[in-house]
Amino acid sequence: MTLHTVTLIVNGQELSAEAESRLLLSDFIRHTLGLTGTHVGCEHGVCGACTILFDGEPVRSCLMLAVQAHGHIIETVESLGTPDNMHPLQEAFHAAHGLQCGYCTPGFLMTLKPYLEQNPNPTEREIREAISGNLCRCTGYQHIVDAVLLAAQKNHKQENKHQ
Amino acid sequence: MKPAPFEYIAPNNLDEALIAMEVNGFDGKLLAGGQSLIPVMNFRLAQPAVIVDLNGVTELDFIRPNPGGGVTIGALTRQSRLEHDAIVRDRVPLLHATIPFIAHPQIRNRGTIGGSLAHADPAGELPVLSVALQARFKLQRYDKERWVNATDFYQALFMTALEPQEIMTAIEIPPLPPRTGWAFQELARRHGDYAQAGVATLIALDDDGVCTYARLVFLNVGEIPMVATEAAQLLVGERISAESITAVVNHAIQHEIEPTSDVHASADYKRHLAGVLTKRAIRQAANRVTS
Repeated sequence: MTLHTVTLIVNGQELSAEAESRLLLSDFIRHTLGLTGTHVGCEHGVCGACTILFDGEPVRSCLMLAVQAHGHIIETVESLGTPDNMHPLQEAFHAAHGLQCGYCTPGFLMTLKPYLEQNPNPTEREIREAISGNLCRCTGYQHIVDAVLLAAQKNHKQENKHQ
Repeated sequence: MKPAPFEYIAPNNLDEALIAMEVNGFDGKLLAGGQSLIPVMNFRLAQPAVIVDLNGVTELDFIRPNPGGGVTIGALTRQSRLEHDAIVRDRVPLLHATIPFIAHPQIRNRGTIGGSLAHADPAGELPVLSVALQARFKLQRYDKERWVNATDFYQALFMTALEPQEIMTAIEIPPLPPRTGWAFQELARRHGDYAQAGVATLIALDDDGVCTYARLVFLNVGEIPMVATEAAQLLVGERISAESITAVVNHAIQHEIEPTSDVHASADYKRHLAGVLTKRAIRQAANRVTS
């Protein structure tokens, strides 16, 4: 068994750790780095629970090898906010009841963070397209869509205040 | 749900990758976007002894306009880049319009054009488009290279002309003939799922509205992208009408596709569906013809 040294930037911090070549990036994040906010659902790229940002773009971490993250930047749900200082998306999910069991939520949040930054004013239909790669078995999606619309509105209010 | 052990090789340029495949091609697999390969490795349906990771070979990530029209696309170009690229949008609108049918945004951020073409899933959109657009593929080995037409590349279910040591490095898509309209139609149970059937269509019309060229290539109703050559020929010399479309559709779905029944739909249903989609696609393509 060959071990590879993986050096990468995780949530703004440079880290190095050993990984067997077959270790999935999702398992590396959870078991090696101890960042258990990233959830593992289907492990074949269908559910979206393990979505993280890889060089700023949302990807399925269960469809990448840990060794492939060497020299790259990843962001997980832990980068968003804390219980006392939540990210606007997290606040909106809380306020609009965008989660019940919460298993899928980290994947939704990491899909939506760059999406809202690039599309600050999405329509309901566009939001549904944006989250089409994430499964939720609790909410029926309606409250998640409501949460995204709420987060977008809040962002606009913030911007108007600054102007 | 974890891959079996393998040796991991990460070449930094094409020469290194070609050498790695020359040595390991028979027990190794090329890893591009990994959106099909990693799932089958997670299921242990594939247990390659060696993985040659192409992701460091960034020289294969490019989109170049060709002097005579059309484009050449590097095999490692991500599907999301094709989705948002102005050269692709202007020169190969059929490709540009079809990318959003491929899975979901997170998948397209990793999935590559070459990976999808070489994987040769009959339900994949890109193999069907490459055949419809008469693309050709650059296949390289350490000491030689060749170009293979998409129509010759797909041989049987998940079987292609690619030799074990070869790497698909580029895809050349020729320009469409003048006055050619295009359309892609598919039906999936949920958006982003593999489609039950689909069709890519090109139609050229002369000044009088008479069809001078037609091409119909079907998705997921056979082992490979299915080209309905005879049906398309029935349209040439005809105007686009309910009658001419019906004749084309009937011939295509009865004689030129080979759907199989599965848990979601019978073969008869897929034939019917392919026909409905083809009617829509021919109309849509004809409406897109501009002088």
